[in-house]
Amino acid sequence: MSIVADFTRVHRKLAPVKGRKIEAPPFKTPVARRPSTSKLDWFMGYRRENDRVGVRNHVLLLPLDDLSNAACEAVANNIKGTLAIPHAYGRLQFGEDLDVHFRTLIGTGSNPNVAAVIVIGIEEGWTKRVVDGIAVTGKPVVGFGIETHGDISTIARASYVAKEYVQWASELTREKCPLSDLWVSTKCGESDTTTGLSSCPTVGNMYDKLIPRGIHGVFGETSEITGAEHLCQARAATKEVGNRWYEMWKAYQDEVIEAHKTDDLSDSQPTKGNIAGGLTTIEEKALGNLEKIGRECKFIEILEPAGTPSKGPGLYYMDTSSAAAECVTLMAAGGFVVHTFPTGQGNVIGNPILPVIKISGNPKTVRTMPEHIDLDVSGILKRTLTIPEAGDELISMIVRTANGRLTAAEALGHREFSMTKLYRSA
Amino acid sequence: MSSPHCLAHDHKDTVAVVVVERLKAGTEMLGVVTHDNSDFRIRAQQDIPIGHKVALKDIKAGETIWKYGQDIGKATAPIKKGEHVHVHNVKTKRW
Repeated sequence: MSIVADFTRVHRKLAPVKGRKIEAPPFKTPVARRPSTSKLDWFMGYRRENDRVGVRNHVLLLPLDDLSNAACEAVANNIKGTLAIPHAYGRLQFGEDLDVHFRTLIGTGSNPNVAAVIVIGIEEGWTKRVVDGIAVTGKPVVGFGIETHGDISTIARASYVAKEYVQWASELTREKCPLSDLWVSTKCGESDTTTGLSSCPTVGNMYDKLIPRGIHGVFGETSEITGAEHLCQARAATKEVGNRWYEMWKAYQDEVIEAHKTDDLSDSQPTKGNIAGGLTTIEEKALGNLEKIGRECKFIEILEPAGTPSKGPGLYYMDTSSAAAECVTLMAAGGFVVHTFPTGQGNVIGNPILPVIKISGNPKTVRTMPEHIDLDVSGILKRTLTIPEAGDELISMIVRTANGRLTAAEALGHREFSMTKLYRSA
Repeated sequence: MSSPHCLAHDHKDTVAVVVVERLKAGTEMLGVVTHDNSDFRIRAQQDIPIGHKVALKDIKAGETIWKYGQDIGKATAPIKKGEHVHVHNVKTKRW
């Protein structure tokens, strides 16, 4: 494989909308150069101060709390090339829920896809806690508290720093990095029966090939393993990790589902979209979901939500919700730099700092929502594409994305940043 | 091999997934078991949407439904071979 036209799909007719057809006007794009298979041993990334490698170069405006969103967005509007990531929480949280909040903010700022961070909070105490957490990476980070200054002064002071940061970051250059520097996460969404047949095993095949080559991987979705928990437990690297995994899964069943359910979860898991796509039960959904970890990989450790791997290369399990934006936000906070997202019915999710590669094997979705799909593996259902071939195509797409290719979600502006909330604030 | 109409994961499975759009009742379907690429034939008794399941044998109410070679729930009504299998005749054993 050397030079291949890369833009054939945009010329397709799109789905009829209210009786008329929307078509892309005729246009030509230059032929893109794809990495040849032999070049898939490395990618061009940003090596950070702590030796982690990023594939994006964001300057973040990170709000500590909901009250600071406006100031962050104002600074991002002042200084071009910066990115504000507003969210809904951060006040009067306590205990484990507060720990997840801090871990998510600090992890997001620490992610190597981020070059530098400005944290803005309503007060300075908790703001400093986030700044100090991010500063451990060695990257530029500064915080501002709004109280005693007001929004306007805070925005002005933060804007001066943001301008310096973004100009500094714009001079950083990508360098050649081995594939083993990649941290690749996965979570699927709007699953249907085609995800279990095609897009999830494609991700599994990629992990079976890349985990032995030294990448970090992660999967999660605790509620969605239900029905396949015996198979998931058996994929732990040791009996001890498997037992801890089962205890975590069981605790979720007992402490969350049993404690809060009103009748059963049939209306939520599977979702309405899952059911429309043909998935009938949680067991069926879980078995398809678990195809994402392939045939051979074993997970070496369990991460708490937004936790960072610390046992070296390998596959990890993160205790997350199965809601797409919450899960991907936690994985980004864990330090992952490229995300693989199988979808059946067409989930449109993105993330502000983590490029989300969409993979679909559902021919109807690929036809009706082509602008959202980065990798079409519908050939698997027609038996014209094998799963190992699809896995190779995904590896190529991961490398292209790491090299800088914008994902569909990035081009469409999907920046879902959704904090996980464990219980009501005080 | 021409494109299959439906795919089963495992020989133990009692359901297969329809992978073509607008499948009509009466269609003589080509099915493939992805585990070993072996093929089989089955006649669709109903229109079945893409992604939805078809019964590969007669299934009694209360009987376990097998997919991926695993238990995915139980029938809540009798299902005939070739009929549509979904939330109207199958339920989880979990919640």
